[in-house]
Amino acid sequence: MITAGIDCGAKNTKVVIRKDGEVIAKSLVLSGFDQKAAAEEALEMALKEANLSKKDIEHVTATGVGMKQASFANDTITEVGSAAKGTVFLFPSARTVIDVGAEEGRAIRADGTGKVIDFAINEKCAAGSGAFTEAMARALEVPLEKMGELSLKSQNAVPMNAQCAIFAESEVVSLIHAKTPKEDIVRAVHDAIASRITSMVRRVGIEREVALVGGVARNVGFVKSMKEDLELEMLIPEDPEFVGALGAAIAAAENR
Amino acid sequence: MSQEYWRWKEYNWRDENIDWKEANTITAGVDVGSVSSQAVIMTDGKLFAYSNMRTGSDSPDSARNAMNWALEGTGMKQEDVQYVVGTGYGRVNVPFAQKAITEIACHARGGNMMYGNTVRTILDMGGQDCKAIHCDERGKVTNFLMNDKCAAGTGRGMEVFADLLAVPVEEVGELSFDVDEEPEPVSSTCVVFAKSEATALLRQGWPKSKVLAAYCSAMAHRVFTLLERIGVEKDFAITGGIAKNVGVVRRLEKEVGMKPLTSKYDTQIAGAIGAALFAKALLEKSRK
Repeated sequence: MITAGIDCGAKNTKVVIRKDGEVIAKSLVLSGFDQKAAAEEALEMALKEANLSKKDIEHVTATGVGMKQASFANDTITEVGSAAKGTVFLFPSARTVIDVGAEEGRAIRADGTGKVIDFAINEKCAAGSGAFTEAMARALEVPLEKMGELSLKSQNAVPMNAQCAIFAESEVVSLIHAKTPKEDIVRAVHDAIASRITSMVRRVGIEREVALVGGVARNVGFVKSMKEDLELEMLIPEDPEFVGALGAAIAAAENR
Repeated sequence: MSQEYWRWKEYNWRDENIDWKEANTITAGVDVGSVSSQAVIMTDGKLFAYSNMRTGSDSPDSARNAMNWALEGTGMKQEDVQYVVGTGYGRVNVPFAQKAITEIACHARGGNMMYGNTVRTILDMGGQDCKAIHCDERGKVTNFLMNDKCAAGTGRGMEVFADLLAVPVEEVGELSFDVDEEPEPVSSTCVVFAKSEATALLRQGWPKSKVLAAYCSAMAHRVFTLLERIGVEKDFAITGGIAKNVGVVRRLEKEVGMKPLTSKYDTQIAGAIGAALFAKALLEKSRK
């Protein structure tokens, strides 16, 4: 049985193809302005990698903010549903899922089958999402992918007063003018997102184990800040940005 | 970037007909906001001179610069000012002020003079926050609500859009009416997301004016929710920099169902006027 999951995210579109329970191909493309085209492209890429054609796929389930743009999908699953499913599949002991994407943060409590018990989402505000780090990286003139490492070098915790990304940008500029070391500012940025996410996770309630998924989980600086805030170790998959697509591919097998 | 579209014009003003040397009281209010700073000098409770400029990274410097610029060309020196009250976000950093008073109290007090004592609801749309204030006939605050956590509905949000669309911020309001039909408001609350939304709309071929119309109405709606929570009592007035943006103001008056009062005074100096009036009252009290 071959199924696929597609996660049409705010920033990236991801596809996972599974055959008899094993992942055989993955792809990631920028969502850009034409999410429909991005969805097609991502699927083509994954099919090519798996050496398959469209008709070999029995069922496709879509998730993510642009899920309706994946016109080839048979059905859809919510972002919360796919994140929980994908995470519990990878880490059967996970009961709390923290999913931080480009424009949304989610805290989910799930049972041992990956079913969602409770959740909270922040989709209204860039604070507490990848967009926050991105905006600060621009203000700091640090490449986004270097933000994590740089933050680990920090020796001082500098408080950040602004929550709003727009106000935080001005604050970052003031900190630069005050000659605050860049690594300390970057850490302050990660501490700020972590604190937003943590308060959302606490609202939903923490049950162990806790897993961190979504593209922002690749940022080691953010991960460190999260750990310090939660005072807990977290399970982090190898490819955290693919968890939603994986969850959708699992749902596809169930919905077939 | 060659041009900074968010940059509005800084200026100073003075009343040539007033001979300050004749005045019994000379007081000043300095409002150090997060985005702009104003210094107002009053002689016997009348507006004598003021300045309005961008706040720098250092609050004490901003306060001093604003004060010096208000004094410029008047022949008056800092020592001639008998009492100074600081207000605004950086009010504790006005080194030459005798007292600091919150901007909420100052906007109510200043609004009372600028719009007359019938004003009961003042919406102060500032650079980094927005406040809905209820006040009585003497300009005393009776209740207020504020948003200072989020850039949506603030001047800073408008500056971001001016920059994004390369339209001078002072022209945004007029341009936003250059549309055949009023578009749906921008749906994202967060300014960061609204920016992405606007970029997508431009890609779809929307003209700048239509995108600005959608943003101005989103902003009007955002501040309306704050007003709605506290209630709008007649008369209604708007202070702060956004009060000069007709794109937001006209759309907001439609939502409120009430026209805001207008004033001959500059809406950005409401806080500093209030501070200067407080300074006068404090000076007179100290002389008794």
